[in-house]
Amino acid sequence: MQPDLAVCMTGISKRFGAVQANDRVNLSVRRGTVHGIVGENGAGKSTLMSVLYGFYAADSGQIAVFGQAATIRHADDAIALGIGMVHQHFMLVDTLSALDNVLLGAEPHWQLARAQRQVQQELEPLMQATGLRVKLDALVQDLSVGDRQRLEILKALYRGARILILDEPTAVLTPQEAEQLFAVLRALREQGSTIVLITHKLKEVMRLCDEVTVMRAGRVVQATPVAQASIEGLALAMVGRKVQMGRLESAARPAATQALLVASNIGLRDDLGVQRLAGLNLSLHAGEIVGVAGVSGNGQSQLLDVLCGLSVPDSGQLLLCGQSFTSTAWLQPHLARQLGLAHVPEDRQARALVMAFVAWESAVLGYDGLPAYNRLGWLGHGRMRAATLAMMQRFDVRPANTELGSSKFSGGNQQKLVLARELGQAPRVLLVGQPTRGVDIGAIEFIYTHLRALRDAGCAVLVVSSELDEILALSDRVIVMNQGRIAGELPIGDCTEAGLGLLMTGGGA
Amino acid sequence: MDEALWGALLASTLRMATPLILCALAGLLAERSGVIDLGLEGKMLFAAFAAGAAGAVYGSTAVAVALAIGVATGLSWLHGLACVSYRGDQVVSGVATNIIAAGLTVVLGMAWFAQGGQTPAVSAAVRISPLMPDLADWVQGIAIIGPVLGPGLLGHDALVYLAFAMVPAVWWLLFRTRFGLRLRAVGENPQMVDAAGVSVTGLRYAALTMNGILCGLAGSYLVLAQSASFSQNMTAGRGFMALAAMIFGRWHPVKALWACLLFGFLDSVAIRLQGVSIAGLGEVPVQLIQALPYVLTVVLLAGFIGSAVAPQALGRPYGKES
Amino acid sequence: MSPAHGLPRWADLLLLPVVCLAVALAAAGTVVALVGQDPLEVMLVLVSGALGSPRGISYTLYYATTFIFTGLAVSVAFHGGLFNIGGEGQAILGGLGTGLAALWLSPSLPAWLMLPIMLVAGALFGMAWAAIPAYLQAYRGSHVVITTIMFNFIASSLLVYLLVHQLRPAGTMAVESRAFAESARLPSMRDALGWLGLDWPTSPLNLSLLLALLACWLVYLFLWRTRAGYHLRVVGASPAAARYAGIGPQRQVMLAMAISGALAGLVGMNEIAGVSGRLLLEFVSGAGFTGIAVALMGRNHPLGIVFASVLFGALFQGGAEVAFEVRGFSRNMVVMLQGFIVLFSGAMVYVIAPALAWLLARLAAMGRRRHAAPAAGAEHG
Repeated sequence: MQPDLAVCMTGISKRFGAVQANDRVNLSVRRGTVHGIVGENGAGKSTLMSVLYGFYAADSGQIAVFGQAATIRHADDAIALGIGMVHQHFMLVDTLSALDNVLLGAEPHWQLARAQRQVQQELEPLMQATGLRVKLDALVQDLSVGDRQRLEILKALYRGARILILDEPTAVLTPQEAEQLFAVLRALREQGSTIVLITHKLKEVMRLCDEVTVMRAGRVVQATPVAQASIEGLALAMVGRKVQMGRLESAARPAATQALLVASNIGLRDDLGVQRLAGLNLSLHAGEIVGVAGVSGNGQSQLLDVLCGLSVPDSGQLLLCGQSFTSTAWLQPHLARQLGLAHVPEDRQARALVMAFVAWESAVLGYDGLPAYNRLGWLGHGRMRAATLAMMQRFDVRPANTELGSSKFSGGNQQKLVLARELGQAPRVLLVGQPTRGVDIGAIEFIYTHLRALRDAGCAVLVVSSELDEILALSDRVIVMNQGRIAGELPIGDCTEAGLGLLMTGGGA
Repeated sequence: MDEALWGALLASTLRMATPLILCALAGLLAERSGVIDLGLEGKMLFAAFAAGAAGAVYGSTAVAVALAIGVATGLSWLHGLACVSYRGDQVVSGVATNIIAAGLTVVLGMAWFAQGGQTPAVSAAVRISPLMPDLADWVQGIAIIGPVLGPGLLGHDALVYLAFAMVPAVWWLLFRTRFGLRLRAVGENPQMVDAAGVSVTGLRYAALTMNGILCGLAGSYLVLAQSASFSQNMTAGRGFMALAAMIFGRWHPVKALWACLLFGFLDSVAIRLQGVSIAGLGEVPVQLIQALPYVLTVVLLAGFIGSAVAPQALGRPYGKES
Repeated sequence: MSPAHGLPRWADLLLLPVVCLAVALAAAGTVVALVGQDPLEVMLVLVSGALGSPRGISYTLYYATTFIFTGLAVSVAFHGGLFNIGGEGQAILGGLGTGLAALWLSPSLPAWLMLPIMLVAGALFGMAWAAIPAYLQAYRGSHVVITTIMFNFIASSLLVYLLVHQLRPAGTMAVESRAFAESARLPSMRDALGWLGLDWPTSPLNLSLLLALLACWLVYLFLWRTRAGYHLRVVGASPAAARYAGIGPQRQVMLAMAISGALAGLVGMNEIAGVSGRLLLEFVSGAGFTGIAVALMGRNHPLGIVFASVLFGALFQGGAEVAFEVRGFSRNMVVMLQGFIVLFSGAMVYVIAPALAWLLARLAAMGRRRHAAPAAGAEHG
């Protein structure tokens, strides 16, 4: 037990069904430091912190807090040990006041009015000392996003947190608000608090953190003091080095082919008012694979949603297979399909398949209107089943059982089924998000082969991936996204690790 | 219209509103904690049966009320078991409660008392009688306002006054205590409450327990104060009218009280308006007035007269892995 | 309503309803025993009363007909992800439509024209009564459960008003309309089988049974064989997938409730055109709620609904026999059992299903061990 370590987690493993979210993770956070945990979506950082805060129980491993072994089964235990957490999705009740949100669970008296007065008195000096000013009698729904986050931190500090975990705190903040947050965090550090920062914004890590741990696919890949790390090195550690897929020597590409999809000046704000896409321009040509590289959270998901018609942007135009759309009359998913656009979403279980349906019913999702499947509104079961079986055989979906429930297939086979469905329609434009997430190694090459074949047949393919190796293996042209904009665009021949790393983290020309 | 009529109308309104108020408060507490409660009707019915049966057999008001409360609370806990502990469908559970109560009360009634489902009339000693009859008589003598206030306001029994007293009590509980704050929070964002270290299940069961007690009182009122015995389906949709009042009152105790008074007034007026012509409108059908509470609630829900925003987490079972 | 997890498909569709029914019967049997009767004796009277004679079977099927309509109504809405508690009110309105058409047109139209018109009127009235709450849910966000409950009461009041003030022949005391002309009557099963030379006892059972079975088949075809039905099921199973596939949720809500209301509205064909021949007050009397129980037991599949409807029809008919023969009982025992069935197959299914899955897993493991034992016996001795 090392008392100078605020938190020491050893050998933490946690499995959710088929997914190993944490795989023998070791984490050491020194007292009085700001420690950054970085990694892609699905790397396991949120799971690890949820274990620390008591939301989940780890399958194995030990936790020591301030040198003492600790069993954390519930949020209560964590709070008692001095651990406080500011979640990515705020844990606040909109219809209650800021003050009520702070004191809930820690009310000093059963009479609310007395409790409120007492807590208000205690909060004054705390707000002074930390610089976290919030209007305590305002309803949370009337507070700005920055204020709500300040409130969350205040809440954790009021409960006596000496270790403060922040999960993606600047994801919803403007640059000015982020600066204010950093000032607060530095002040807290001066006062002896220990801060754990979960983020994938590497600039913040370089500016704010003393030490950093990089996670990938449930494991820790790097743990160093920030002084000894470089931003490009961190970026590459995050998006990683997997088994080299090797790059097929591509045939010489024709100089200019028809532009099948042209998006201009796309801008999008989300429900909280945060700008997710800004002034984005993109064009896809027949017979090319364009890879979108970048640390996730920089607008890639929003881009896919906008391009396939699931989201309507605030501004911009789209030209798809000869038809143009503006933000006032945007593309719709069924129209997109009719125009020849196919979409393999990142979140296949929620969107691309209906878990409650059997395989062949999921395999016709979105395409039940095709003449091959239906005549005047009457579905041809036999034809659908036969088509699904053919799909399964072409894409080696196992087991090749059209009557099996969609939820019974493994993640990789589900993905293959979705790809079979979308690719099988010989689309003119294909949008793919995370094509090989959760897919076993053997199937990955298989999927790449099919994507390349589609490209050779004249399709325009857009691949969004958080695996840099995948982008490099597949793309003819690489686009790097950062902060909702295109930071750079390079033909594959000009791509270098260093150059891409720089673009991904917002540096470079 | 003379004062005696106003007095009778006021008295009738308060009497009609009493079970509505109790059930509306019960439903309010459950729904504020995030649990849909469609079983108000069934719980009130079963409590009425328990009060009638116990009152007839044991001859004691206290035992009758206690049993009524016990039965209703038991049903609330069953609802909690199915929905809070086991995340079952809250609407289905409420509907099941109503159907079970409708059938079981008559089965037990017939088996125990052999009066075609009715319970024997409880004796006058067991019945709850007006609390201040002398004061009411004295006030009635006062000019002009006497006949209205006397029978209208002062001639009621303890349960009526208790029901009205429950309104500020529930208000105070919800908005002035620590428990009330936690209850309101758990219906909006149970995850937040969990993260703050408070038990979501505990809060919801506490709300359901209070729900059961209030429904038990409502059922007791029907038998011990209004009609002296239980008869088949005697609640006649009042549980649903209380639900409508709760929604009409936007899940707030005082606003729900006004809604209950309005619905109670409509109920009282409906019977009196039978056969009476109103200038310009002709004869107003009783059924229209009877349907009015439900029509008004639908109009409110459609957003035509303001809006009714339910607690955010209402109806969604809470589980960490979800 | 999501399927109970962890159970193989056959167990989910066949075994689970049977287990839930068994638990409900056990609960009801306990009550029967508690009040001093013999559950087995009651059961015997019930079964023989329902199925032991042609007359009993006939009555059973007559009740089942109404339940098929309301059960189908609830299940179609369930497939679209909605809980339609308003079957009661929609059935009332449907009956009203059927009755009004009959009163208005039956003296002047022949049966082959009158009956289809009554059917369409019933379906349209029921559809309209469901469409209003559906519209409010889809476009104004009002919760369909609450609005349909309110509409049940409004429908009830409307029926009473029309019967008492408009449709009751002057001078009569009974709250019902005048009788329809012959052309508005559906032939009873006795008459219909009589044409074929077969003998059948007198009972309320009429040709609307065939209509109900036809409706089952059509609902099956719609839900699993047409594009529209496919879209409806996708919206009910996964709204996110529906959006991805370009299916608009609001239209599906309207469609699901419209079909649901139309099906409930057909109850009038059984009760009014087939039995009473006039419009009266109590022709639905809880069938809307029984429809919920039927849909739950039948796992929302038309075939299951037919079986569940016959089951409930048998309970109702058998219950009448029990009330007749066993001192101290009434039909309400069936109501109570119905409530238990809704409770156990609806709300408590998350308690029963995992227990059942655990039991099946244990049995499977034991079976495997027994198979492996002879071979492994030598090793493990």
